[in-house]
Amino acid sequence: MNADINVDEVVDARDLMCPMPVLAATKAMRRLMPNQVIKVLATDKGALSDIPAWAEDNGYELLSSDTEDGVLIFFIRKTEEQI
Amino acid sequence: MTSELHTQSETPIASGLCEEDIRRIVREEIKQAWTKNPASRRAALVASKGTLDWAYPPLILGTAAAAAGLETSVFFTFYGLNIIHKDFERKLKVDPVGNPAMPMPMPLPMPDVLTGMPGMKALSTKMMKSKFAKNHVATIGTLLNEARELGVRLIGCQMTIDVFGYSHSDFRDGVEFAGAAAFMSEARKAHVTMFI
Repeated sequence: MNADINVDEVVDARDLMCPMPVLAATKAMRRLMPNQVIKVLATDKGALSDIPAWAEDNGYELLSSDTEDGVLIFFIRKTEEQI
Repeated sequence: MTSELHTQSETPIASGLCEEDIRRIVREEIKQAWTKNPASRRAALVASKGTLDWAYPPLILGTAAAAAGLETSVFFTFYGLNIIHKDFERKLKVDPVGNPAMPMPMPLPMPDVLTGMPGMKALSTKMMKSKFAKNHVATIGTLLNEARELGVRLIGCQMTIDVFGYSHSDFRDGVEFAGAAAFMSEARKAHVTMFI
């Protein structure tokens, strides 16, 4: 359903518990350039609130969040100007 | 934004600014001030406890703060020094004695006389570690490495290091050393402060 989103890096945080999905996403974002996009896969239910909060804190754009077969899937864009 | 507000403040309110406009402007100005304030980008935590269970909160919250884009310092004092000691694996234990919340990892409720038996501390430590591993919770070692990689400053309290007879070489690479006033100076520049 998000086939049109161009993903620059996939962060597979499945089976990792808080705070590891957010830490993995942070390290991926630091490697990326503005406007690039990461896809985060997580099974930690806490990620449902953690990833959007983390994105907001960093000024990143949460493009979408979905669940597929019990896996949470987030698309997040690194924005041009961070707060 | 700022210039826009100045222009508006020079004109009388009667010129058409309604209450809703003023509220919007105030909201935007507050948001701006908040994001510009360096204190909103800093976190300062104190880790004062030296057991396995209490080693988690400062490391989880410290790394999460760094992930949220905050410049984060954790000040390890008193028993909290165990966490940044090179021998943390051996030092961090969990003891069921005097811990009414402890039956969590125990298969059966434990009367107090049993929790005080020899070997119970080692057993409960082992059980907590295996329970955490089974649930894919990161180890203390992993969180310490993450903290370093994310740029969390780990600061050992010089006074308690001296009192406990430690030397700087007893602690992990990258650990800094400071006193209470130096930490306070960090903490007063941070909106997020926690004593753990």
